[in-house]
Formats: sequence, C-alpha cells, structure tokens
Amino acid sequence: MDTFQVAIAERVAEQHRHHGKSQFFWVWGALLGMTAVEVYLTYRNMQPVRMLTILMGLSLVKAALIIGYFMHMKYEVSRMKWLTMCSLVACLALMMIFFPDALRILSLGVK
Amino acid sequence: MAATVDMPALYEPSLFGTYSKKIGMWLFLLSDSLTFGALLYAYSYGRISTPNWPTPFHSESIVNATVMTAFLLTSSLTMVLAVRAAVDGNAKAQRLWLLATMACGLGFVLLHGREWSKLIAEGLTLPVFPKLPGHEAAGEFANVAKSVPQFPATFFGLTGMHMLHVTLGVIYLGIIALRRNFIPILLLCWLGAWLGTPAYSPFHYAAHVLLLAAIVCSVILWLKPKIYDAADVEVAGLYWHFVDLVWMFIFPLVYLMSAKIL
Repeated sequence: MDTFQVAIAERVAEQHRHHGKSQFFWVWGALLGMTAVEVYLTYRNMQPVRMLTILMGLSLVKAALIIGYFMHMKYEVSRMKWLTMCSLVACLALMMIFFPDALRILSLGVK
Repeated sequence: MAATVDMPALYEPSLFGTYSKKIGMWLFLLSDSLTFGALLYAYSYGRISTPNWPTPFHSESIVNATVMTAFLLTSSLTMVLAVRAAVDGNAKAQRLWLLATMACGLGFVLLHGREWSKLIAEGLTLPVFPKLPGHEAAGEFANVAKSVPQFPATFFGLTGMHMLHVTLGVIYLGIIALRRNFIPILLLCWLGAWLGTPAYSPFHYAAHVLLLAAIVCSVILWLKPKIYDAADVEVAGLYWHFVDLVWMFIFPLVYLMSAKIL
C-alpha cells in the first residue's frame, strides 16, 4: 500500500473513531421504533392515500438514517455526498413519469 | 519509443476523498438502486392501474414480515459493529460480528422462504413455478393469480430479487469472515437446501445459486487469495446496508399497503 493509500485508510479509520458506538444503538432503536409505528398504522385501517404518504415519509427518514450513519455518508466529503445522492434522486424522480399513465389506464380499455 | 522516467509515482488526490474500492461499491449500489427503483415503480404502477388489487397479507404475514424487518435492522447494527472492530484491529470481534450479521441475514431468508411457501401453497403462484401436486385451484389465492397476474409477477419479482441480494450478501460476508473455510459450509448449505426442499418448491431449483456462488468464490479465492482488511469489511458493509435500505421500502409498500387486517 503506498503512502497515499495509507493516508486515506487512516482518514477513514479516524472518521469511524470520531463517533461512539452508542450512536449506532440510537439509530438502530430509532429505526425499530419507526417500524413499530408503521405496523401500528396498518392495524388502524387508515385511508390508503394518507397511510401511503405517512409510510413513504417514514421510509425516507429511515433510508436517510441508514445512508447517513450506517453507510457513513454523513462523514464523507461533500463532493461525494452531493454527487451520489443528487444523481440517485434525479434518476428515481425521472421514473415517476410513468405514474400519470398508470392513472390514465383506469379510464381506458374495454368497459 | 517509450521513455522510462526514474521518479517516484505521483498520484492525484482522490476526487471523492476515499479509496477506490469504496467508490466502486458506491457506483454499483447506485446502479443497483435503479434496478430496485424500477421494480418498485413497476409494482406501484400495477397497483395504481388495477382497481381490484389483492390484499393477501393477513395478520400472521404482517407479524412475519415485521420480524424479518427486525432481523435486517439488527443485522445492520451488527455490521457497523463489525466495521468498527475491523478499524480498531480487533480481528476476533470483527469475525464474531460478521457471523452475527450472517445469522440475522439467514433468519431473514428462512422466514421469507416460509412466507413464499405459504403463499404458493394457497395458490398465489407464477406460471414458471412448478405445479403443486393436489392443489389445483384449491387455495385462497388461486383466483388472484388468474384475475390479477400483475400481483404475483411484481410481488415475486421484487421480493425474489431482494431475497437473492440478501443470500449473496450472506455469502459475501461469509467469504470476508471465513475466507476459503466458508466454501465447504456453502456446499453443505447447497446440498441441504437442494435435498431438503421438495421437487415442486421453487427453492429446490433456486438452491443451485449456492452451488454457483461456491464455484465463483472458489475461483476468486484461488486467483487472488488475501487476508481481508478493514477496507474490505467496510465495503462489504456498504452492500449489506443497501440490502437493508431497499427492504425499508419493500416492507411498507408491498406488505403493509396490502394488509388484510380483520
């Protein structure tokens, strides 16, 4: 391993040591708690659109916690953070172009 | 004519401030997230455009899926503890946490397999699955597969792809933790899964994924034997957390939104 690689490995190790183990347990507890809320909502028989909105909101928060803390993205350099996350969100958002068609299909076809 | 220059190699600083194999894994995960994104959008498209979308998941299935979710979340915790142990140079703790992560992943796959088997026995099936003897159109969901074929197609496609990722993740972690000692274990798992499942179960054929993985891993370990360092554990951890992350969308969208709570 050359000097540059050693320097990077040390920096990554320092990033990991920067925060205590307790933080991981807090995140794990929060994720389990949000999962419990999701299951509780299922048993409340809510209106589907409202329930979908809440569930997807909670899923996005859970995803952010996993990416930020477990996948360590919070401690990466800002260039890495912004480039990867913005490109991913942009690509996934582009796929939403199909949803109006899914709604339109309900009023088409053989009645 | 090529000229050789006698000077120490100079490297540009990394654009992303980290080592290349980690950037490579992130790029793979970004592309894989588009695969899962497309499958999730396909499922949602089918759901929006089909008025009589089935809600086959009873309370028992929801409890089962919740336990599966807890397994995956706990495995993510044990994975970060494995990475932490690797960074601290504690090889024994690293191996134990990796094995704990694998155990949670295995629990997830077994519970998921049980859920699939139950649904298939009740008639929710795909044309490519083997026919169950004596179960012709008798189950609760026999009509669902015929009237709304989009449901079994997208359900088995999405959850099957995720189950495959979890299985490969367990194998990946097994190689990182045990290196070539994991190959005989993998072959035993293949034999157990192949001989232990009936011929009409899709898992009887899917078990060959383990054999294929054993062959690929043997070739890789033979071509490039090495002791995996903290960077390798961290990169494996990225993959494992991604598998957990995807389930955080599949669980509410597929299971909770299609629950039938009486």
